[in-house]
Order: sequence, then C-alpha cells, then structure tokens
Amino acid sequence: MKDRTKYFAYPYQVWMIIFILFPCFLVLLYSITTKESNGLTTIQFTLENFKKFFAPLYMNILWDSIFLAAISTAICLLLGYPAAYIISKTHLSIRNTLLFLCILPMWMNMLLRTYAWMTILGNNGILNNLFEFFGLPRVNMLYTRGATVMGMVYNFLPFMILPIYTALSKMDTGILEAADDLGANKYIKFRKVILPLSMPGVISGIVMVFMPAVSTFIIPQLLGGNKSMMVGNLIEKLFILNGDWNFGSAISIIMMIIILISMSIMNKFDVDKEGGARLW
Amino acid sequence: MVRKYLSRIYMAIIFIFLYAPIIVLAVFSFNESKSRGNWTGFTLKWYVELFHDMDIRSAFYYTILIAITSAIISTLLGTIAAIGINSMKGKMKSIMLNVNYLPVVNPDIVTGISLMILYISFNIRFGFKTVLISHIVFNTPYVILSILPKLRQLDVHMTEAAMDLGATPIYALRKVILPEIKPGIITGFLMAFTLSVDDFIISYFTKGEGVTNLSIVIYSMARRGVRPTINALSTIMLTVVLLLMILINKRSNGVEKSKKKRKSEVM
Amino acid sequence: MKRKLFWIIAVLSLILIAATGCSSEEKPTISVLNYDIYIDKSLISQFESENNVKIKYDTYATPEEMYIKAKAGASNYDLIISSEYMIERMISEGMVNKLNFDNIPNYKYIGEDFKNQPYDPNNEYAIPYFWGTLGILYNQKTVDASSNSWSMLWDENHSKRIIMMDSQRDAFAAALKLLGYSLNTVNEKELDEAKQLLVEQRPLIMAYLTDGAPAIMVTEEADMALVWSGEAVAAMSENENLGFVIPKEGSNIWIDAMFVPSNAKNQEMAEKFINFLCSTEATVKNINEVWYSTVHTEAIKEVDEELLNNNAFNIPHEDIEKMEMFRDPQKFIDLYTERWTEIMAK
Repeated sequence: MKDRTKYFAYPYQVWMIIFILFPCFLVLLYSITTKESNGLTTIQFTLENFKKFFAPLYMNILWDSIFLAAISTAICLLLGYPAAYIISKTHLSIRNTLLFLCILPMWMNMLLRTYAWMTILGNNGILNNLFEFFGLPRVNMLYTRGATVMGMVYNFLPFMILPIYTALSKMDTGILEAADDLGANKYIKFRKVILPLSMPGVISGIVMVFMPAVSTFIIPQLLGGNKSMMVGNLIEKLFILNGDWNFGSAISIIMMIIILISMSIMNKFDVDKEGGARLW
Repeated sequence: MVRKYLSRIYMAIIFIFLYAPIIVLAVFSFNESKSRGNWTGFTLKWYVELFHDMDIRSAFYYTILIAITSAIISTLLGTIAAIGINSMKGKMKSIMLNVNYLPVVNPDIVTGISLMILYISFNIRFGFKTVLISHIVFNTPYVILSILPKLRQLDVHMTEAAMDLGATPIYALRKVILPEIKPGIITGFLMAFTLSVDDFIISYFTKGEGVTNLSIVIYSMARRGVRPTINALSTIMLTVVLLLMILINKRSNGVEKSKKKRKSEVM
Repeated sequence: MKRKLFWIIAVLSLILIAATGCSSEEKPTISVLNYDIYIDKSLISQFESENNVKIKYDTYATPEEMYIKAKAGASNYDLIISSEYMIERMISEGMVNKLNFDNIPNYKYIGEDFKNQPYDPNNEYAIPYFWGTLGILYNQKTVDASSNSWSMLWDENHSKRIIMMDSQRDAFAAALKLLGYSLNTVNEKELDEAKQLLVEQRPLIMAYLTDGAPAIMVTEEADMALVWSGEAVAAMSENENLGFVIPKEGSNIWIDAMFVPSNAKNQEMAEKFINFLCSTEATVKNINEVWYSTVHTEAIKEVDEELLNNNAFNIPHEDIEKMEMFRDPQKFIDLYTERWTEIMAK
C-alpha cells in the first residue's frame, strides 16, 4: 500500500515545481540580472542589485525594520509569557475558553484590526477623548513609530502566547514535583526548570512574531503614516511604483535568507518536528 | 490568593488590549457622526450604505467565491499529496516537506511578488484565475500540514489488513484511510477557507480585471481615512467569524465526545 | 457520511466551475483602469446596461503605479485614465493607440484650452477628463494663510499637524516652486536643494498619505495638507472651516485624460465609453462625485452656484497663469525617484 500511494504525491510535486520553486527561481533570476536584460538572448548577469542594497540608505531601512520588529517581538514576549503561563496554570475547563479568546482575534481580518487602532489613536480618537475627559493634554499618537510598534504587538501577540503555552502545558509535572521535593523555591524552580523547559516555545514564539513583523508593509503605512520605511514598504514601492524588479527581487532574496536563518534557529530548538502546524 | 487576583487582573488587561479595538469598531459602526471618537447618536445608516456599496458587494462576492473554490481545490490537492508524502521515504520526503513549507515561512510579500513575476513572465492576464491559483498555492501547504499528523497516527496494519482481505488500494483508501484522517481534512479545509478570506498581500499583487477582495477594499478605504462603513463591515465580519468559530468548537467537541463514547462502548 | 461529503464537494465544485466559466464568455467586456474614487460608479452600470457590455474596473493610486500596471502587460486594459506626464511618457514609448474620433462625437464639448497640450500636441491620443491643481488645504481656525506661500507647509508652529502627499512629483513640485524653480527641473543641483527642503520638513510632518488627507482635515485632526483641488472641494463641502490656497509662487496645473493603450482588445467599445463619459449628462454626474474642475464646455453651465464660487473648483485666472504642467522628465525621473526614496527612508 505504502509503495503505491507514494505516487499520490506526484501531481503536487509538479504543482510545487511550477508554482513554488519556479517563481522563487524567477525572483532569483531577476535579482542577478540587469534591468536591460530582455529575454534569454540578451541576459546580463550582475551582482549590482545586491551591492546596491549595502549602501547606507538601504542598510538603514533594513536595520530600522529589524529594530522595530525586534522591539515588537520583545514586547510580545514580555506580555505573552506571563499570559501563557497563567493560562497553563488555570483549570482545564476555563483554559480552553481562554485559549479560544486568544485565537479569536487572529481570525479577524488583519487590516480591520489595524484600522481599528486608527480610530483609537487618532488626534480626535477615543484615547485622546478619554485623556481630555480626565483633564489630560491630547497627545499625537497615530502616525508615530510607537503606533507602528503597537500595531505589530497587537497583531502578532497571539503568535507568541500560543507556542509558549504549548511548551508549558507539555511540561512533565513530575519534574516540577521533583524540584519541589528537592527544596527549590518558586524563583529557582522557575529559573532552573520552567524557563529552560519552555525555551522551545519561546524561541518559536519569537520567530513567529519576528517574521511577519519584519516584512509587514501595511502597519507602517496605516499606523506609521509612511514615516518609517520598512523593508516590506521598500519591496512594495520597488515593484508597484518604481518598477525596479531587479533590485526588488534582490531585497526579497535577502529577506528570504533572513527568514530561513531564523527558521533554522527555530528548528534547532524545536521539540516536536511538526513546526507550524502547532499553531492550529 | 493575591497571586491569583494578580493573574486575573493581568489576563483581564491582556484581553482588554486584544478586544478593545474590536469592540470600539463595533460600537462606532452604530454612531451617527462620521468622525471618530465622538458619539452623537444611534444609527443603522452605515449598514444600509454598506449594502448599497457596489464595490463592497462585488468584493464580497469574489472573496467568498475564491475562498470556497480555493479551499475545495487545495483540500483535494492537499489530501492526495499528504497521503503520497506520508508514504514517501528518505531524502525525497524531506525535500517535499521543505518545499511545501516554503509558502508557509516565506513572507507573504515575497510569495506575492514571486507569483506576480511568474504570471507576467508567462503573459497570464491578471484576474480571477491568477488570484485563485495564488490562493491555492498558499492554502495547500497548510492543508497538508494539518493532515500529515493524522496520517502518521494512522495504523499501518489496518490498511494492510484491509488489502489482505481483498480490498483494492482505492477501496482501502476510501474505507480505511479517509475516515481516519477526516478531522485533519476538515481542519485543513476550514484553515484554507479562512486564510483565503483573510489574505491581502498576495491578492494585492496578483489581482486585476475588476477582481478584488474585501481586504483590498478595506485597504483602500482605510488609506482614504476613516469611514464608518468599514466599521459596519468589520462588525458583520466579526460576527460571522465568531459564529463560525463557536460552531466549529461545538462541532469538534461533539466529535470528541462521540469518539470517546464509541471507544468506551468498544471497551 | 463521507459519501455525502464527497458528493457535496463534487456538486459544489461543479457549480463553481459553471458559475465562473460561463458567465464571462457571453458579453463583450472592456477593462478600465482609473484613479481611485474618480468616477460616479452609477455611470459604469448605466453604460453596462445600455450597451450590454461588462466593464472590468480597476483602480490605482499614483500615475507611477498605473505605468507599471500597464507596462507589465499581464493586464490588457482597453481604457486608462491618468495624468498627462505619464501619458506623454507612454506615447513616446509607443504604448498608446491613436483614437478614432469618428466614434467620439462628444469630443466637441471639450474646451479649446485643453486641446493641443504638450503631452498630445496634435490631439491624436488622449481625451481630457478632468483638470485641476495642487494647493494647500488648511483649517481657517488655526492657520494664517495670508502669506499665500508654499512656505506654509514648512511652518514650525504647525509641527506634526501637516500632511504631505506620498507622491514624488507632487511633493517635489511644492519644494521646487518654493525655491522658485521649475517643477520639471532636470538640474541636479536644484533637485538636491528641493530634497534638502523636504528633508528639513520631515520632522514637521504628521504623515505622508496618498488619499487620506481630506478625511483627516475634515475631522480637524491636522492643520494643513498638500492636496489636489478636487480633494479640497470635497473636504470643504463637509467642513466649512476649511480653506484652499494656491500659493503665489505658482503651482502645478494638471490634466487627466482618457486613452486606449496599444494592447487593448476592444478599442471600439472603449471609444464608445469615452464618448459616453464626454456626454454632458455623464460629466455633470461625475463633477458632483469627484469635484474636480471640468474640461466640458456644456457641463460647466449646469454646475451649482456654490461650486462656481469655490476657488478650488473654479480656479482663478491669475493663478492659472503662474501654473506649470508636469512634463515627462524621461530618464531624469530616476533622479526624482532616488531622492524621494532617500527622503522617505531618512
């Protein structure tokens, strides 16, 4: 049976070659050719597109994206770890409800969730009206870097909570009891036992938040007022506005490399090899 | 005791953070005034306007059409592929799994532009077809990922026993494998459906010829500024998602329960 | 149970294949590409039912985006509405078809002022749609507009209350005009000076937006915004505190026009649609939807008195004299793009 059902994978193999591998190859091809290349006969190879990216201007964009994504990831971790920990400690009957409540916002359109913050943070928005009500001065919040970070934290927080929760809930209670028996106090128990054992969850949480955060282009546009350009915005601009596909492809390749590196980091720490399916 | 209250307060704050924006949207979809933040009175006019908006209606039609079609096709493609991949061995299997993983880990924007380049290189006109294909491309890996664990749990001896008893491979597939992996298939289908409804970036790069989806309409509306019709739209979408989720949860609880029941009966 | 599921799926897929496969074949279709919110949508359905065609309608935000979409070739549009400098570029690249004016009798309504313009000197390729200018929309309660100058957008008293347009040619136009240069300059030194100005302006800017400025001005969350004239009219109709100023240094005058790209599939129907849009009735409807100044000699007579008194609609002659039209800077466009990226990435 096994040998025969093997052939079932063939249609999808062909599909993957056409719609996954070949497009990636095209991006790679664009990234190493010049704008002037027309068709196969006049193709000109170059590394200029990659070199260009290492100019200070574009490196700044890259560092800025990494910086904003890293800050958002850190905030997600600080907020998400205690939440995951608390959920894992609650009684089974309400635990599912709590998890459900964590997942539910993820099923709502991301643009809508981002747009919701526009209503809250605006100069005449709800928060500012609240401030005024309590006699506080109005603050510019929308269209700032803070708003961008906030949007990312909001959108990606569940991606942090869930893998940490999974790691915590899988923990062998016997080990915890052993720690108690050996006289570990709560602090030591947490630092020496719980934290190390939940590390796989933490790492995959970090990767799951960092990856979409570093490549987003909607959040800086809608909440950041286009004032901090991130790599995602740059790629979008190059493809949609400037028509510089070669340079845009080179940046996409660099992005892919960054993502693949972080994925391999995650895989190293991954306890069960099922990867992404865990989220669901 | 104090700790318990502290953790309750903490969770409350997290949930307020997660839900406040959504509640705000819902509440202000009934607000008379166009401007945000000021409550001036109750109205349903934004809902009425929403239903008269041709853009939103056509986007809604395409969103659902594409979500259903792409979910069905990727579920079929993915189920067959998952069964195949599961019986593969060694290097080929890990190559298949890794390539299958690419659309999952690649940033959406890279998947989007790579498909855009593909269509342009082969002179495929942007439109319904291109959006549909793109959605199948990024849906199928998730379907496969949700079915594979179920296949791994599958008892190999069962299929062998069935075939020893004279079942053809297709018959064994239908009678033995499919029923066992059905929960995975259903999860995969629902995931494909929601991913497709939610997608913005990949559709944004592959749309054309008057085909848009709700995300794209929301994007252009949000860019233009605050519009209470979006609030109305999001309230409706949220309600639908909520109902669907509750339904799915109830259903899967029911399945679990009936399974347990069946098991206890057998024992 | 599983058999039922199988049949449900099979039937559903058949229905879907039927629904998507057939419906598109029957009627002739034309694909139209236009700026976002730049037409009265009822006109599309009206034309569709009167001529038994299907219009596939797409939108875009900036001329640069339109150019890429049309150039990529994977979308064959039959009719595009865009700005004159992009049309000029596309004509020079052979991407535009000559029109058959026999199919467009309503061309006679187009004002003489809008014919024989540099982007289409012999009136062969494009038919004007709307025209307008670039100016500053401001809140009369908080902003003193007496200086009547582009320097308003650099006023530190309104720090974080100014919205700039996220469109390179328009943003540069404001800076170049403030410096007294042509907005079509190809002089690198002048461009660098303009870039420097825009960099200095960055800390004062609340946001760089493409279409969002009017909504924020209406809610009085910002004091000033660089906008196109029609956006100003729309915003002013919703909030009477708003005013519009066309700076004394001169501004940009633009004409958006309709043209048929060279890979069009159904030029005749596209021309029919152009003719329809040039009718007085359709133009009046459009004016009341998009609020830009009209090129139509008859429709202008049917416009409301109030609109005629608005300087953003009925743009004064002394201002027009100081205005300059965008030209295609050809390869120098890269100089603009590069600097704009630098400004935005600072």
